[in-house]
Parts: sequence; C-alpha cells; structure tokens
Amino acid sequence: MSTRIQSIFKRRDNILSVYFTAGYPALEDTLEIVKNLDAAGVDLIEIGMPFSDPLADGPVIQESSQQAIKNGMTIKLLFEQLKGLRDITEIPVVLMGYLNPVMQYGEEAFISKCAEVGVDGIILPDLPLDIYTKHWKTMCEKEGVSNIFLITPQSSVERIKAIDDASNAFVYVVSSNSITGSNKKFDRQTAYYKSIQQLELKNPTLIGFGIHDKETFESACTYSKGVIIGSAFIRHITAEGISKESIQEFVKNIKS
Amino acid sequence: MNTFSPNKEGFYGEFGGAFVPEMLYPNVQELQNRYREIIETDDFQKEFRELMRDYVGRPTPLFYSKNLSEEHNAQIYLKREDLNHTGAHKINNTIGQILVAKKLNKKRIIAETGAGQHGVATATACALMGMKCVIYMGAVDIERQKPNVDRMKLLGAEVVSATSGSKTLKDATNEAIRAWINNPVDTHYIIGSVVGPHPYPDMVAMFQSVISEEIKVQLLEKTRNEDPDYVIACLGGGSNAIGAFYHFIDNNKTKLIAVEAGGEGVHSGKTAATIALGKRGIIHGSKTYLIQTEDGQVVEPHSISAGLDYPGIGPVHAYLNDTQKATVVSVTDQEALVAAKELSQKDGIIPALESAHALAYLKKMTFKKEDVVVINLSGRGDKDMATYQKHFKL
Ligand SMILES: Cc1ncc(COP(=O)(O)O)c(C=O)c1O
Repeated sequence: MSTRIQSIFKRRDNILSVYFTAGYPALEDTLEIVKNLDAAGVDLIEIGMPFSDPLADGPVIQESSQQAIKNGMTIKLLFEQLKGLRDITEIPVVLMGYLNPVMQYGEEAFISKCAEVGVDGIILPDLPLDIYTKHWKTMCEKEGVSNIFLITPQSSVERIKAIDDASNAFVYVVSSNSITGSNKKFDRQTAYYKSIQQLELKNPTLIGFGIHDKETFESACTYSKGVIIGSAFIRHITAEGISKESIQEFVKNIKS
Repeated sequence: MNTFSPNKEGFYGEFGGAFVPEMLYPNVQELQNRYREIIETDDFQKEFRELMRDYVGRPTPLFYSKNLSEEHNAQIYLKREDLNHTGAHKINNTIGQILVAKKLNKKRIIAETGAGQHGVATATACALMGMKCVIYMGAVDIERQKPNVDRMKLLGAEVVSATSGSKTLKDATNEAIRAWINNPVDTHYIIGSVVGPHPYPDMVAMFQSVISEEIKVQLLEKTRNEDPDYVIACLGGGSNAIGAFYHFIDNNKTKLIAVEAGGEGVHSGKTAATIALGKRGIIHGSKTYLIQTEDGQVVEPHSISAGLDYPGIGPVHAYLNDTQKATVVSVTDQEALVAAKELSQKDGIIPALESAHALAYLKKMTFKKEDVVVINLSGRGDKDMATYQKHFKL
C-alpha cells in the first residue's frame, strides 16, 4: 500500500508544496488556510508548529512563529484543530517544527496523534539522522508517519545516500546554504541540482528555501519533482490575507 | 589535559549530543572528527601553552583572602581569572578555538556574546591572528554593556545587533548559528561556553580546564594538598565552572558548587536559574535542562548579569547535577550586588557581576575552620560599572 505522499508523487509532476505557520495570522486560521490551499490546487501542505527559537528559519518565519505563539498556538491545540483535517482535504499534509516542543508533548504521543488526525509526515530539522534511526524510526513506521530529511549543497554523496535510504516520502533539497527566506542566487545552484538528479535517489526530491516566484518554481521543477514555498507565502498572507481569492492569486502566480 | 569527557556522540549520560539542522551537519562533523586530534598534538599544545603564558598572562594567581577567610571561618582562596588579558576566563577558550580554526583553514570567525566578555575575547584573538571577526550581541546587551561593544569595535570586529526574541544571549546565539548556516565553508563559530552541539561542550571544557590544572599546582604549593574541600563558581552556560571543576570531578573529597543567577528570586518569574526551574529539552543543538513553558517554548530569562542571562546550561552541568557530582544553587541579583561591593571594599578587587554570584554563596555556607575553599573569580567588574553606579549611587 502506498502512502498519500507516495501516491501524489506518482500521480503528479511539478509539485507545489506550501508552508504556513499554524496560528498565524490568527489562532483559528489553520483549517481555513488548508482548505483554501487545497482549493487553489497546491499538491502538498506543510504546517509549521511555531517555536520560540527556530534556528533554521529567517526573519519572516521567525516573526510568524512569534506571533503564533503570542496568539496561543501549541501542539496540543493544533492537533485539536486538525481533528477535522481529513474532512476537508485529501492531499498530503506534513508537520514541520523543532524538536523541543515535540519532546515536551512526548515523542510517541506526537507520532500517534499525527497518524490519528491524518498527518502524513514530519519535518524536524534538528532531529539528526542517527537519533532518528535509533529512537524514532520504529514508531514512525508503526504509525505510518514518514520522516522527511533535509539535504544541502554541503551534504556528501555518502550522507545523501544514507538519508535517501532512511526516507520513504521525499527528500527535501535545501537550495543553498541558508536559512529560510533568503534569496541567494538561485541560478548558481543549477549545477548542484543536476548533481542531485544524477544520483537517481529512490525517493523523489522537492527543492526548498528561497523559491518565491514562477521563474524559480519552473527552474527548480526541471531538476526535481517540485518545490516547497514558505516565506514567500507568509509574506503574501501577511499583506493580502487568507481568503480563498488571496490564496488562489498567490498560487496562480507561481503555478498556472 | 583530559580526565573527563563525553561519549563518542557527545553525550554525558543522557545530556548533550548534536541536534543540529542538516545545514550545519558537515561543519559540526568536521569539528567532531578533528578536534581531539588537533588539540592533542604537541605542536598545538606548545602554541596554546605559550600564548596562555605570554599573551593571556597565565598562570593566574591563587590569592588567599584573609578577610573572607576570617569572615566565613574557612581558608578561602580566589582564583584570579579576572587578571587574564581582557578581564575574564573567556580568553582561554577563544585562543584555543582560534588555533583550531586555523588548523581547519577557516578565514573568518563568528561568535555570540552576552556580557561582551566573550565577544571581546574573540575579537582579541582575531586581531592577534589576523582573522575577520563578526560578533552577534543582543540589542538589550548592547545597551547594558556598552564599554565592551566599543572594545570589540576598536579591536576591529563588526558587532551585529540581535533583535529577535528577548534580545539577549539566547537570541545572539540563534543569530550566530543562523550566520554559520549561511556561511558554512570559510567560517568557524567560536561558541563562548560549554553549550551548543558536540563537540563544543567538550572542546571548550578542555580549554578551560587549565583553570583547575593550575589550582591543583598552586594549592599543593600553598597547602601541601592539591585537592580543596570546595570549589565554587558561577554558572551561566558553565565554562568557568567546568574549567574550575574539571580536575576535581573524579575525586571524592572536593565538593563542587555551581551558582546560578536567581534574578529577582527563583519563583519571581524573572530568573535564569535553570536547574531550579528547567526541564529536559533541546536548545542550541544539545539536550540539557532548559527554562521553558509546558508547551516547550523557551522562556526569556532574567539576570542582572548579562553573562548569566541564559535559559539553559551546558549539558555537562545537567549531568553533574543529576549524578550529584556537583551541587547547583542560586543567588539573587541583590545578593550578588552586595557581594560585589563587599569584595571591592574588603579586598580591593572589583569582581564581575557574574563572579559576584559565586562570592555571594559564601554567606549561605557553614564551613569548618580548616576547609579549603576556592572561589573562581571568573572576571573583573570594569564592564559592570554602569550597573554598579546605578545600584550603589556612586
Ligand atoms: C566574568 C564572567 N563570568 C562568567 C560568565 C558566564 O559564562 P560561563 O558560565 O560559561 O562561565 C561570563 C559570561 O559572559 C563572564 O563574562
């Protein structure tokens, strides 16, 4: 049986995955944003669990996280909200966040709750491969929740292969050595993308960090199965709101 | 040089490790693979020792304080880390790490700083070694530690204001880590305490262990016994404390006491007393005790001393606490201020506010007359004059 993530990668190309921070702009916006992203035709959704000290994130996601925490967002509350998730969408949904809040919630409880509400995967940038293999793999596999790893231009081929081996959803290719939201020269990365493509990994790849418009989207899609957009989307909803029209306009400008 | 270290993955018991995003993995792994091999070579040791002696001014004196000894009915010695070049123990580590950075062919150094002591010590090492230097400092600390900001600039460093979160040490550390992610190839990050991902806690402890190494020699000379009954040190991230404890950890005689910043009181909501309030968690790449909410958000700490204003502690101290190899206690802002004034007026030594926390704990102890007590006087008080002026209405 293939998972929701595996099946979307089989059925679709040029995947657009959109990240937003749960609890931002307003505490109760989570499902509304999911619904509108689904309606606008995105292929995969990443919901950020806000953390006070998001080490791998730039100012846009930092600020949305701070606001979300101020609004009262917690993992507990997020799971409450996500009880209705599978009534409103069929596309894969993954949770992204940092290890500390997950630890306080309880690792095992967290993974089984993900499975219960229909979350398909998790991205925890500060969960290292060796700790995952030792302490997380068994429970993730048991619950059918995929862990998604990042790779970067600094990752060795050996490391990338180990990560590919430990993955069963997709590999998250960080476009440059940077935190989220930075716009380092995207085009200079093409040699890097080609080299990843040539590795013929068993999992599909999505390129993320710094993708923000149609041009960077299309360029990334020539080397991978698609992209992840975060900061650009948060900037958009900060300015334009989370209405169906606003989100449709954002998606149309990237993928039409 | 070494008697006490974490396991291969950087764990002290359950604490430590390297919980870093993949973007930092290659850098951290390079350090993990090479730090011991680099530090343990004769060449490295020779250069490090020479710089400690001729540039930093080591060994620092171990001063028998007659006044404190009489007052507290014990034999009290002050380990004078305040007499190091740049005024604190921090430089032991920055000199060590910059030599490591050179061996790794790094061209540029970044660092975080709270009180500014680590920033100054880093900027100093960079000036000496001709390396480019960028220091991240919380906007609040830039305000309250102005003389150190000016020092860093004069030394040729760029000082970048960290404006996220509580705008203190924790946020400066976040910004430094982000800067490292953005510049992974040519840049070495000099962490200023025994915090961060493996191998930082162990590497910094190795460089700071020179403090207890000297105490042993000096005590043997002065008392004919190299092991004191007590070592007392303040605990921010824990580098001066681990340096002062290092060579006494495995003896059964010496009681090790680490003093945290109680702020306005452990239950006032304005405190940095991590062991008193913290729960297990992950901050800045390592598992340790951490002041946090029930939902795992890091709580903004408070201490009158910028160098102790940190919501975590080094994983080694979490371990020493849990295994009862050390005792962690706290004193308040007010108690530290009183102790700073007393040392200034009784012994003619103006201590850093951080170090004053260690001194303040003396009042809470009862000793036997013959007990040998070493207080690690981690730094001098020049940087704190604005705070002293305000509180003592000078
Ligand atoms: C004089 C002095 N003592 C102590 C500290 C606290 O750091 P640690 O706990 O790593 O020794 C600092 C930090 O800035 C300091 O400047």
